[in-house]
Amino acid sequence: MDWILLLEQCLNGLQLGILLFLLAAGLTLVFGIMDLVNLAHGSLYMMGAYFATTFAGWTGSFLLGALLALPAALLLGIVVEVVALRTLYSRDHLDQVLATFGLILFFNELARIVWGPAGLDLSLPAFLETSVELLPGVPYPTYRIAIIVTGLLVAGGMYALVNHTRIGMLIRAGASNRGMVSALGVNIRLLYTLVFGLGTVLAALAGLMAAPILTVQIGMGETILILAFVVIVIGGIGSIRGAFVAAILVGLIDTVGRAFLADFLRLFLTNQVAETAGPAMSSMLIYILMAAVLATRPRGLFPPRGH
Amino acid sequence: MSEPILQLRDLTKRFGGLVATDSVTLDVAEGEVHAVIGPNGAGKTTLVGQISGEIRPDRGQIFFAGQPITRSPVHVRSLLGIARSFQITSVFPGFTVTANVALAVQAHAGHSFRFWTDATRDGTLLAPAAQYLELVGLTGRAGDVAATLSHGEHRQLELAMALATEPKLLLLDEPTAGVGGDESARMVELLRSFKGRFTILLIEHDMDAVFALADRITVLDSGRILASGAPGEIRADPAVRQAYLGDAEA
Amino acid sequence: MRISASTAVASGTIVALAVVPPITNALQEPFYLGLFLRLMILAIAAISLNLILGFGNMVSFGHAAYMGIGAYVVGIGTFHAIEDGIDWLANGFLHVPLAIAASSLAALVIGAISIRTRGVYFIMITLAFGQMLYFIGVGLEVYGADDGLSLYMRSEFGGVLDINDNTQFYYLVLALLLATLYGVKRLIASRFGLVIRGARSNERRLAAVGIPVYRYKLVAFMVAGAICGVAGVLLANRTDFVSPDMMHWTRSGDLIIMVVLGGMGTLFGPLYGAAAFLLVEEFLSGITEHWQIVFGPLLILVVIYARGGIAGVVHALERRRE
Repeated sequence: MDWILLLEQCLNGLQLGILLFLLAAGLTLVFGIMDLVNLAHGSLYMMGAYFATTFAGWTGSFLLGALLALPAALLLGIVVEVVALRTLYSRDHLDQVLATFGLILFFNELARIVWGPAGLDLSLPAFLETSVELLPGVPYPTYRIAIIVTGLLVAGGMYALVNHTRIGMLIRAGASNRGMVSALGVNIRLLYTLVFGLGTVLAALAGLMAAPILTVQIGMGETILILAFVVIVIGGIGSIRGAFVAAILVGLIDTVGRAFLADFLRLFLTNQVAETAGPAMSSMLIYILMAAVLATRPRGLFPPRGH
Repeated sequence: MSEPILQLRDLTKRFGGLVATDSVTLDVAEGEVHAVIGPNGAGKTTLVGQISGEIRPDRGQIFFAGQPITRSPVHVRSLLGIARSFQITSVFPGFTVTANVALAVQAHAGHSFRFWTDATRDGTLLAPAAQYLELVGLTGRAGDVAATLSHGEHRQLELAMALATEPKLLLLDEPTAGVGGDESARMVELLRSFKGRFTILLIEHDMDAVFALADRITVLDSGRILASGAPGEIRADPAVRQAYLGDAEA
Repeated sequence: MRISASTAVASGTIVALAVVPPITNALQEPFYLGLFLRLMILAIAAISLNLILGFGNMVSFGHAAYMGIGAYVVGIGTFHAIEDGIDWLANGFLHVPLAIAASSLAALVIGAISIRTRGVYFIMITLAFGQMLYFIGVGLEVYGADDGLSLYMRSEFGGVLDINDNTQFYYLVLALLLATLYGVKRLIASRFGLVIRGARSNERRLAAVGIPVYRYKLVAFMVAGAICGVAGVLLANRTDFVSPDMMHWTRSGDLIIMVVLGGMGTLFGPLYGAAAFLLVEEFLSGITEHWQIVFGPLLILVVIYARGGIAGVVHALERRRE
């Protein structure tokens, strides 16, 4: 086994896990508090990436572009919540699924009209294009380290927000018992808009951080959305802690699995079979993990109380 | 005397820090109407839930007709002969009254992996269904959609569905709860007509109904059995009077 | 005798479908024959989804996967028939039972895990499993991976019929559509159907009267998967192409839209829904290539204001006439 490659893949997995957590945190909060299944969460991720690319183009600076994209995403989130989603809180999940599916179609087409069908690239400034030597002779891209650090800082910030502030107290109360929050005489509408806005900013942050690694393109949010769903199902819907643990788990297993499963299979199978089965099977790993978790704990690893 | 049809042995169930059922040991003899009474939160519905199988006890055992059923799933207990009515009415609101009962008949007429024959015209289901509707006095509403029934009629329908499973034991969770005076009296009358024909474990708040129907009464308080005995004994029991009947009679 | 509005619309739709080939052949518009062919195939898939979604209240968001399985049976079969000269692998009388077996087996595994869960978990798990099958398709390097596989021949039905002729193919699909409708009509009125419909409104009660709900839901899930697998066989032959894209979760979303648009839990609803979906798509995309920017918000409006779907509207008209 190539230990250096394994280390690199683990870091890549951690980085994917961090991005997944940023997406899953918003998703799980919105579900836990508003009881809303939001398929369009991936669209907000995509919009974050497009915003950052456009603003970076205008200002000529990646960092300024990223900083401008976040308030723009917040604004977008608030508009979406007020215009389209508010009426859906009281509806059943099927209605929410359909309506937010409609939102995906809308955003994808909007992106096609505004930014064109071809993918865009968001290039990094020189100081992030470098690499850091983790161990002597083992370089690792600075930007990926930056993603991991930013993500961990945000996760820490979320932890502080949820556990040590009044809004956090309301969020926790809302996630375990919706009726209680309204009983406290809180302006529910405002809290909902705020939570949705927060979720949007986190999704957009994930999108803009992923943008320099991937191509900014239509549909980029949909693939990762499903992964985020897998994450919150494994973690327990409504639980931020669960989302964090599951996101890191899924990120690691998916990345490391893709890198090593074919090699691993070669231990038992012929080269050719391993080469063929490897890619297909490695994409199944996280779903197998999900199935295994659900078979033993149908409500995920950290089910929030109350539902 | 023959073996009791239902035996609860040291049954215990906790929800978090709350002990909902606390070492309950109880026998229900075949043919008797056994009432379980107690103040709100005494753990009556939790007890019914454990007997019907919806709630797993933490400790203790349940025997039905001599068999251990502590771990059996709900449908198995129903097939063995335990039928329940729910405190909060629970029927199939989109089905007709007849279809509700017919489905209960069907449940005990072999498996339902029959994909082709029209069950809504199946005499072997409809005839017994009509019979049970007659028994509970709901024949007049047979063709109506269940959602249109009054609250009292819903309770009657529940009873018909329970009877349609040809139970050896009926678990009735507050059959008169929320029902108006007239309908309530009719329900008590109906249950009185069942005396001797069915074994009934009755959860009830209405003390008049309990003393009119029960052969034996068990008083539950905070999950524990406070007293158990014939209605006369219960009425005379000082602990019961203090804890419970005192309020009710006041 | 007065005919109810629902019956009139239903028979009208079937008659209209039956006269499509002579009309499109006379007008020399094979495109529209192909469009209606696709419409009926998707209708069969939507009907199968309605069986669990509409009648059983199981919001399965991975239903397109079964269609993909059926399609790959044809794709892989004909691929080897041509590449390796194994003629019997092109036999349609083999494709159909194989598709049924494979898709119901997949439904058995997916259902066995998903049905243990409730509500939004069920939605997300079926979504995730559907997507897993999509990625398996993407991983099938031999069969074109994400580029998919072109069919160089269609399923062969011996001397019985030749589906290379689109008119014959059309009537085969129409016959299968009618058979599916009739089968579902019988099924939902059967003892099995009553259990499934009962589970939709009150699973707890069903268990309390002595019915082991889980296994009935699982079998319904498999039946729906099997029917959808057959639709996949037809779709592969219709498009002469299979690709993982047929299993993408947005295709499952399309099927849900058809069912809801047409009217959940009604016999003909999914057919109307499939028709409305394809015709609206055809109409809007004729106006602008960016038709989805209209269709998306339209969908939101339908969800918010017209939940009964088309069948619900017809039913409401019927009531007004009474």
